[in-house]
Formats: sequence, structure tokens, C-alpha cells
Amino acid sequence: MSLIDSASLPRSFRLPRVDGLIQWIVPLLIIAVWQLACATGFVPTRVLPAPSDVVLAGWKLLLSGELVRNIWVSFWRASIGFLIGGSIGFVFGLANGLSQLSSRLTDTTLQMVRNVPHLALIPLVILWFGIDESAKLFLVALGVFFPIYLNTLHGIRSVDPQLIEMGRIYGMTDGELFRRVIFPGALPSIFVGIRFALGIMWLTLIVAETIAASSGLGYMAMQAREFMLIDVVVLSILIYALLGKLADSASRVLERLTLSWHPAFQKR
Amino acid sequence: MQTAVRTMLPQAELASRAHFAPQARIVREIQPAISRGLPLNIRGLRKSFGDNEVLRGIDLHIPAGQFVAIVGKSGCGKSTLLRLIAGLEQITAGNISLSEEARPEDVRVMFQEPRLLPWARVLENVEVGLGRERASADAHGRAEKALGEVGLADKRNQWPSVLSGGQKQRVALARALVSSPRVLAFDEPLGALDALTRISMQRLLERVWRDQGFTAILVTHDVSEAVALADRVLVIEDGRIAQDVTISVPRPRERGSVELASLEGSILRHLLSGDERS
Repeated sequence: MSLIDSASLPRSFRLPRVDGLIQWIVPLLIIAVWQLACATGFVPTRVLPAPSDVVLAGWKLLLSGELVRNIWVSFWRASIGFLIGGSIGFVFGLANGLSQLSSRLTDTTLQMVRNVPHLALIPLVILWFGIDESAKLFLVALGVFFPIYLNTLHGIRSVDPQLIEMGRIYGMTDGELFRRVIFPGALPSIFVGIRFALGIMWLTLIVAETIAASSGLGYMAMQAREFMLIDVVVLSILIYALLGKLADSASRVLERLTLSWHPAFQKR
Repeated sequence: MQTAVRTMLPQAELASRAHFAPQARIVREIQPAISRGLPLNIRGLRKSFGDNEVLRGIDLHIPAGQFVAIVGKSGCGKSTLLRLIAGLEQITAGNISLSEEARPEDVRVMFQEPRLLPWARVLENVEVGLGRERASADAHGRAEKALGEVGLADKRNQWPSVLSGGQKQRVALARALVSSPRVLAFDEPLGALDALTRISMQRLLERVWRDQGFTAILVTHDVSEAVALADRVLVIEDGRIAQDVTISVPRPRERGSVELASLEGSILRHLLSGDERS
């Protein structure tokens, strides 16, 4: 027993560090090849600016405060829209998962709305809200609503009925049954919904900002296109990638914290 | 792991026997008088699912503290009988009467699956068994005591997913025991375990039954298990009690003894005779 313990100890220390680095090898390699291709003139800078130029453009925008302001605006829209749409989706998912009546009443309607691509509503939303903040928040909230609704509903419906029966036998009240059995059982599925929703959140926001906005990352990219500032366009795209990765990592950390009981998240 | 459990268990039993032998004897001598079990009366019990009549009139009296095993072919209605006793299904006709003082915590069920909450640590899972007394101040202490009784005190802070099948089932047993039930119904609790774990679990079941004196009702498809553990074996066929066998072999019973084997043989012959006729 002690032999196994001492053998596995250094490995469990080493693994996370290697894991942390290994995922960045491919992105770094791509940037290196890209820089090389631009430096040798293989790719004309009019088509694709070198990474160093992009960093330079980013630095200039950072100094002028424009970059931080635009990222902040986009981040704010994304989070508020996510919170609104996510909470509504979560509430409907709970209600329809727990109550037959609520499910009969609303599920069909929600399924119909779900099948309308929410970005197709952009013209209508502009007519309703103009290019105001509310237009973007509405679109993000709508986009985020469905993955969270569907996965919450699915999570609650697929909780092991044997566990629910067990809870009833042991005298759990409805509230306790929800808190101790149904909600924790639905949680892995709810997290799947959250991660889907985070992807849709960025997609919706960027499209909305590209079409109609006066600030934000999407707006910054569109402005840069007008003035042929290709380095700023590329910069915006790279920032999307980083923000997307950041949101995904955040949800993973949350998952790890709340699902530590799950065999898939157990570090051994 | 499996062998470790097996070799450790008898040692632990020996040790505790050596230490507590005098007290244990006293407890056993006065046990019939203070038996905590509840008697059970079943009259004309019927149960149908739609057109399918599963139980066709069961009359049964189980005295307090008796260990009854129910055997039968799959689909004979033995699990349904157990679920009715445990109050998990609605009775179609007839009645099951427990004593009037029985509280919900007095009847507990243990299933073939451990049914542990995967998101709760072992100790917390055992506390679930306290029912309405879960919030009481001594909940922790009682859960730990129950966990100690099944020999898993050191696993209290583990997640269920890291336990072996036999350990999970022992946690489920601790959860059923923690409220000190007076009737404990087992629905093939050992059906999914390997042969060796099974034998050590059977010994554990017998031990806790003797220590706590509850009325035990064990549904099993394993006739040798029924004969080894029970005071009385009921054979159910086509929704009726076809045979009621009293097992008077003194305890502790020697596994594989001639007496048990002949009893097992006669019950098996009865169970299989239907096949030959058809």
C-alpha cells in the first residue's frame, strides 16, 4: 500500500503542470509559423499582418484606453445578457422538469420559439430597440435561454428514479428531495447547458455588435475594417478567442468545485 | 481488496467476540424478552397491475423478531410482496397490519442497488437514514455508530464512487440501520455481489439482526442463502404461499452442513417440480 502511495505521489504533482503547458503548445506553434510566414514575405501583410504588428496595434489601443473600454462594454453586455437569459431558462427548466402542468402549458411554445434562429430576429430587434444596449441584451438573453432551459429540464427529468424513491422512503419532504437529490442530480447536465450557453453568448454578442452598435469589440472590428486597419481586425478576432477560452475555463473551475463527487472530476 | 475484506472481517469478529463475550451472552439470553422487532399480520392480500394479478391472496403472520426469507422464481410476486410491506405500492385488496405504535422510521428497506447519493459523502448518506430525525443534534454520532457496525468507520469521508460494490451495500445497510428500525425488508440485497463478498455480507446481516432484534424479511432467489440465514422460508408460487418451511437448525450455522443442504434440496425440488410438469 505504502509502495503504491509513494510511487503515485510525484506523478500527481507533475501531471497538472505538464497539462497546463501542453495545451498552449499548438497555439504558440501556430503564432510562430505565422510570424515566420509574414517575416519572410510569404504572406503579404495586406492579407494578414504579422503577430508582432497585431500586438503593436493592441498596445496602441491599450494606451489610448479604447481597447479596455470596448472589452469592458462587450464583457458587461455578455454577462448581463447571460444572467438574464440564463436565469429565465433555469427557472423554466426547473418548473417544467418538476411540474407536469407547467410543462404542458409552456413546453410546446418554447420549443416553437427555439426553432427560430435567434439571429434572424436582428432586424426586428433593431426596429424595436434601435441600436441601444437593450437590443444586444435581448439577443444574448434569448440565445442563452435555450441551452440552459433544455439542459436543466433534461437534467431534472433524468435523475435516477430509484434515488427519488429512496428519498421518499427515508421521509424527505419535497423541499429536501429537491435540495438533496434532484438538484445535485441535475447539476452535471445544467453545466453542459452553461457551457453551450457561453459559446452562444459570445457568438450572439459579436454578431449583434458587428451589425448594430456604437461600442464594443464587434464595433471596434467593423470600424477598423472601414479604415482598412487589418491589424485591429485580427486583434479583435484573437480577443474573441481568448475571451471564449476564459469563459470556458471559468465554467470548468465551477464544475470542478461543485461536482467533486463525480468520478470524472476526481483527482486521484 | 475483496480478499482483504474477507480476511479482516472474521478477525475483527473474533476480536470483538473475545472482548465482549460476557456482555454478548447476556444480551443474547434476554433477547427474546426485549426483542425490538414488530410482528406483522397479512390478511387476504391481493395486488394487481392492470389485468395482471401478481398476488392472489396471501395470509401470513410473522412474529416479532423473526427472520423470514421469501424465495420463488422471478415474477412470482415476491418482490411485490416486499414492496407492499414496505409501503412502496398500493394494496389492491386485503390488509397488512403492523403494530399501531409503528413510526415511518420503524420500517426500512434495503434494495439490490445500494441507491447511495453519489454527491454525498458516506457519512452523509448514512444520515439520510435518520428520516425526520436528520436534524437532531446526535445525528452525526448515530450515523458514525451505524457505519462502525458495518465496519466502514474509516470510509466516512469518501465519495460512494470510490467504494467497491460490497462496501456500497454495507453503507446502504448502515443507512437502513441508523434509525434502529423494527422491521427491515431486504429486496435481494446481495444479488449483485460476487460470491465471496456475498458470504461476508450474509454473516454481517445475520450479526446485525441478532444484535438489534428487528423483524427481518429477506427476498432472495438464492435458496441456500435463505436456508442459511432465515428462521423460516416461504416459497411463493403464482402469487400464493406454496410452502412454509421452518428452519430449526441452531445458530451459528455451519455453511455447507448436511442439514442445510437437505433443506435446500427439498425446497429447490419443490420450486423446480413445476417446470417438469409443464
